[in-house]
Amino acid sequence: MIDSTSIPLSAIRKPPLPNPADAPTEDIREQLYELEEAGELIVQRVPGPYIEVMTKYGRTKKIPEQMTWHHKSCGQCGHIPGYSTSIFWLNRQFGMNYVDPTDQTSCTAWNYYASATSNAVAQAAVASRNFAAAYETGYFPMIHCGTSYGHYKETRQEIVHHPELRRKVRDIMAKLNKPLVVPEEIVHYSEWIHAMRDRIAKKQVRDFSSITASIHPACHYYKLVTEDAIYDPDIYGGQRTATVTGIVESLGSTVGDYSTFFDCCGFGFRHILVQRDFSRSFATQRKIEVMKEEANPDVVITHDTGCVTTLDKSQFAARAHQRNVGVPVLSDAQYAALAMGAHPYRIVQLHWHATDYTALLEKMGIDWEKAWAEFEGDLKRLESGEIEYLSWEDADAK
Amino acid sequence: MSVTAPPAPFTADPGATLSPDSYLDVAYEDKLALWEEVKADDRFPDYLYGCYECGICVAACPSARFYDFSPRKIAQAAAREDVELIFEQMNDDVWNCSQCFSCNRCPRQNSPGGLITLLREVAVRNGLGTAKEALEGYGRVVYKIMTTGTQISPDMLQPDAFPDWGPDVEKTSDNLELWRRALPPETLHTTEMSWQVSDETLIELYLIWLHSDVMDMIAEADEGLHMIILDVMEETLEDAGYEV
Repeated sequence: MIDSTSIPLSAIRKPPLPNPADAPTEDIREQLYELEEAGELIVQRVPGPYIEVMTKYGRTKKIPEQMTWHHKSCGQCGHIPGYSTSIFWLNRQFGMNYVDPTDQTSCTAWNYYASATSNAVAQAAVASRNFAAAYETGYFPMIHCGTSYGHYKETRQEIVHHPELRRKVRDIMAKLNKPLVVPEEIVHYSEWIHAMRDRIAKKQVRDFSSITASIHPACHYYKLVTEDAIYDPDIYGGQRTATVTGIVESLGSTVGDYSTFFDCCGFGFRHILVQRDFSRSFATQRKIEVMKEEANPDVVITHDTGCVTTLDKSQFAARAHQRNVGVPVLSDAQYAALAMGAHPYRIVQLHWHATDYTALLEKMGIDWEKAWAEFEGDLKRLESGEIEYLSWEDADAK
Repeated sequence: MSVTAPPAPFTADPGATLSPDSYLDVAYEDKLALWEEVKADDRFPDYLYGCYECGICVAACPSARFYDFSPRKIAQAAAREDVELIFEQMNDDVWNCSQCFSCNRCPRQNSPGGLITLLREVAVRNGLGTAKEALEGYGRVVYKIMTTGTQISPDMLQPDAFPDWGPDVEKTSDNLELWRRALPPETLHTTEMSWQVSDETLIELYLIWLHSDVMDMIAEADEGLHMIILDVMEETLEDAGYEV
């Protein structure tokens, strides 16, 4: 029997670069420009400077460095807010110009995939309203959530392919006094991290070389409109998406590969809220336990809201059943922020996570007890009224 | 875009919760009308190109490992237009799908997950009893997303709602307001919504719901919830000078 995990990644033969002309899928951007020329919609261009990366079939994708309009994630902001905070913190460390808008709504896709209490017109109108809000500011949408990213890629295709849908959405947008705008690229924050990975590594202040990380690629990042996800011949021979793995390798960590990498996390959209026995079982039995047995990682790194939530929170109940679990789960943004010296509680907000992460912090050289005491000091200042909110300056205070 | 015409009235009560035995009691014409509604959706041709019966979708499917569920059967029933089986699936199987779209790995470019999205939509739009049953306990989430524009609020983290997530949930709940103020991004100082959404943005969102037939779907799924959401929307819109 061949043990797939015994094959070193470096041994995978490097394939030739794909020829974009041979791609089995369309380049939706060309059709977007044609629709724009016909006056049907506005295409928001990626502002410069941007970084070019390669997608699955060899097409290049532009990732804006800055001038980004941060389309936040419901689950990240609501239940694991250190995820969003870390994304903003990374942008601030590089002096990037960005907007954290209040005229943004959820993409509403979590609800849509869970309950179906919506339809294609409403979903496209919600997407278009957010796109128009970004366009009005001159900043380019940077999508934090993997599901929003995947759903928006699908929505963009539907808007392009279905004239009747386009007309209905345009009519609704007219009632809001907004144009129908579609971004030239749908950009996920993890693509920005991937594109910036060498620059992030240059600012690394903590040694992560002793850490083994298993990667969970988020389903809605690369299984929806797969041709728009980033792939790289130097990472898994171009056979799996390169995001997340790229930054983990750039930070000097070992990638602990495992056989069920393609499996989802078990989130299930409706299941995580109302049928969680499924989510818990899948997350622990098909993901965490397999990782433990095959790679024994110090941490799981992923790049979506539901994945961090499901893989992290599901482990408590499994531990009560003596299952082989107990691996902390972080997003790539949190991992990169910690590498660059971010405070584990003021910025990365690890107290919102469930699985014990203290051994990981110790391996990173972080005195977590001291850090928690500092954060408790912040909480006392907040409680006493000395400060109303913790500011970015407070969070970076030494 | 997705509906040509509402299906003809059911001869059996489609709103009643169906047991597998009672699927046969629903008239074929009614089942056919539901299937025609699925096929009329513009997205349908993008999701189904036939089926090799290779089972790759099943191998990739998380729900197939834990439920009596098969994305291959969904694609096959649709490809064969097996109206009876599709009706059964619409009442049962579709709610087991994880919507991860691992099944998009299909070598024939099918999207069983996409088909399920359409089947679910039709089930909700027609108020099938099994859809209502599947959405029981989900009303609070629908209310949250439709009225606040964000789906997950920090104050949902209650120990009785997430007992399996461990004792930290209680700690978070007890310290919620304080911990939210300890977040550097200004938009995250919220407890009832994921982030701060402006009033003007909420009005725009409500107008989208009202102009895209979503409220009719909510009415079919849960009449009480529909009334509550409509009240919130009407009050906000009327305060802003809109005639509802």
